[in-house]
Amino acid sequence: MSATQVIFLVTAGVTLGAAVMTVSARKMMHAALWLVLALTGIAVLFVLLQSSFFAVAQVLIYIGAIAILIIFSVMLTRRIVQEQYPSVNRFWWVAILLALMVFIGLAVTLSSWRGLYPDRQAVNEHPEDIAALGLALVDPAGFVIPFEVASLLLLAALVGAIFIAIERKGGRR
Amino acid sequence: MIPLSWYLMFAALLFCVGLYGVLARRNAIGILMGVELMLNAVNINLLAFWSYLYAMRLNGLVFVAIVFVAAAAEAAVGLALIISAYRRRNTVIVEELSLLKG
Amino acid sequence: MSFWADPYRFLLELLYGLLIGWGLPASWAQFVLFLIGAFALGTAALLLVVFLIWVERKVVARIQDRLGPNRVGPWGIFQTIADIGKIFTKEFITPVGADWLLYNLAPILSVGAVLMLWAVIPLTMTLYGVNLNVAVLYIIAVGELGEMAVILAGWGSNNKYAVLAAFRAVAQLISYEVPLVVTLLIPVMFAGSMGLNDIVQAQSVWFIFLAPMTALIFFIVSIAEVGRAPFDLVEAESELVSGFNIEYSGLKFGFFFVADFLHAFTIALLFATLFLGGWRGPGAAQYPMLGFVYLMIKTSVVYFIVILLRASLPRFRIDQMMNLNWKLLTPLSMAVLILTALLDKLIPSSQPFIRVIGMVVMNVIILLVLNEILKLVETRRPRPVVAPVVRPVARLPQTPSMQNESGTSL
Repeated sequence: MSATQVIFLVTAGVTLGAAVMTVSARKMMHAALWLVLALTGIAVLFVLLQSSFFAVAQVLIYIGAIAILIIFSVMLTRRIVQEQYPSVNRFWWVAILLALMVFIGLAVTLSSWRGLYPDRQAVNEHPEDIAALGLALVDPAGFVIPFEVASLLLLAALVGAIFIAIERKGGRR
Repeated sequence: MIPLSWYLMFAALLFCVGLYGVLARRNAIGILMGVELMLNAVNINLLAFWSYLYAMRLNGLVFVAIVFVAAAAEAAVGLALIISAYRRRNTVIVEELSLLKG
Repeated sequence: MSFWADPYRFLLELLYGLLIGWGLPASWAQFVLFLIGAFALGTAALLLVVFLIWVERKVVARIQDRLGPNRVGPWGIFQTIADIGKIFTKEFITPVGADWLLYNLAPILSVGAVLMLWAVIPLTMTLYGVNLNVAVLYIIAVGELGEMAVILAGWGSNNKYAVLAAFRAVAQLISYEVPLVVTLLIPVMFAGSMGLNDIVQAQSVWFIFLAPMTALIFFIVSIAEVGRAPFDLVEAESELVSGFNIEYSGLKFGFFFVADFLHAFTIALLFATLFLGGWRGPGAAQYPMLGFVYLMIKTSVVYFIVILLRASLPRFRIDQMMNLNWKLLTPLSMAVLILTALLDKLIPSSQPFIRVIGMVVMNVIILLVLNEILKLVETRRPRPVVAPVVRPVARLPQTPSMQNESGTSL
């Protein structure tokens, strides 16, 4: 067993454990921090997939922006979220059943797919070409339209988030 | 080396954990965390396919980048909605936000 | 390859051969070497802090016409070691209701976030932790881990004031990240790469001559990002009782302290790498260790300026700090980015002399225009008018009773 395999197994185990804790921790703050751990593990997996750009972007966007936003929201809404409430609803067993069914379905589909064992059983040796990615994102023959739509989406989200969350002077609560 | 199937199995497991979180959590922020986990599982799949099968093409990378953008937008708007709902109704438990229920 | 030409490579190959000779597979040998390297780099950086604290205390003392530490060892050089000995013996106090895990995780994370920066900085041409192709992005991402440590410390302490201070600190750090990212784009644009070693190698002309305004903005913003004076309202030690780290004691508080000092030095190191040519200098290509000396000299100069600023500038108020960021630094950095990009395309890179002249002229013009705009804003600013106010007194003089009393007494 090579070093990368050990790293993969350890990281995957830690990430899955952290994900399970994320969806089951009673304190919301702890759930948010387990989420941070899970996201970090996923960033390590991105490194193993020879994609250091997305690993760093994962840390930057998910941990630096989204997780901090989530932690802030937990802090702002904490009075209600005490431990005496059950953290899951009445139908949690249905949720487990559904999740299991989805997993079994995915596993069966995957194992019956021929592409699961491709000829090249290794990741490509070269890391991703960021310059080519950057050029493709602004190339009219490439992905300029998805890129612009994504930037428009971000702008709309920015404006919308400010509009929704702003505290209006003088009531209308 | 690591076979592709390991990544796919891991992503499927992570997706199901996230799905459980979305379905079972009572707290709206907890539901959002489940959604983030599911999006990440998708990202792992996309990058694994890119890395093992289509390493010479950029489609996979662009797709991952767009998922990142969508996740950021979703988190910003979703959390703003949760904060706004908390201000008006003083709760973030989704079962208690049932004003539209007939 | 001889030892003196490049001791680092020599040792690396020696160790690698040794590990392979012991029968380790190549991937595991690589892994062990990474572990050893990380350990050595981290230890060296943390030991450096002992020296940095002494330097800072000595320099600040000289500026303030004091002697500074002068008892332990020659020139007081072992004062910090004595302090460490003292801090080791202090009791750990965990506040009631504190979240044990978060409370103890935060100091470690705050030091770790700074140490992780050292992994990508090229100390010589051949000596670096990893030649990451997205190092600049990595620096920003690791900086956000520091913010996470602040939040954890504030929340885990179970103290309202710590949480408030953490909110303030994170607001400051996130705000200043915007101009930081924008200014970091300019060295990336000049070098055509996000790898720090590529950026250093591209600096046949130091980038500070190509983009002086950018260097200035980066310097200001990075000081704010570290939370040093004049931006140290995160933990204004002369006004507030610390900030998010108020509940920490003993070695755990020491961790935040170490992270603070090391971060300031690391920022100086980054400035030297990005704008002052890093390890470049005469003879550095033949003898890589010489590059380390050059880098340390440049870093020391920048670090000295950081200390000078700390000793000479008063602290910002929080609204002033936010105004400075959002109303001045962010628009300015974006304008500088766009103009620099335009000029970079206009002047071909085959003529470095004309490029430098053009860039410097453009930067001076930006500075003059900025000065005029600031003057205009300052003169148009509505000023609070001091009107004569009738002060309320206990008894007004024209009340009848007063007149009666005064009349009778007279």
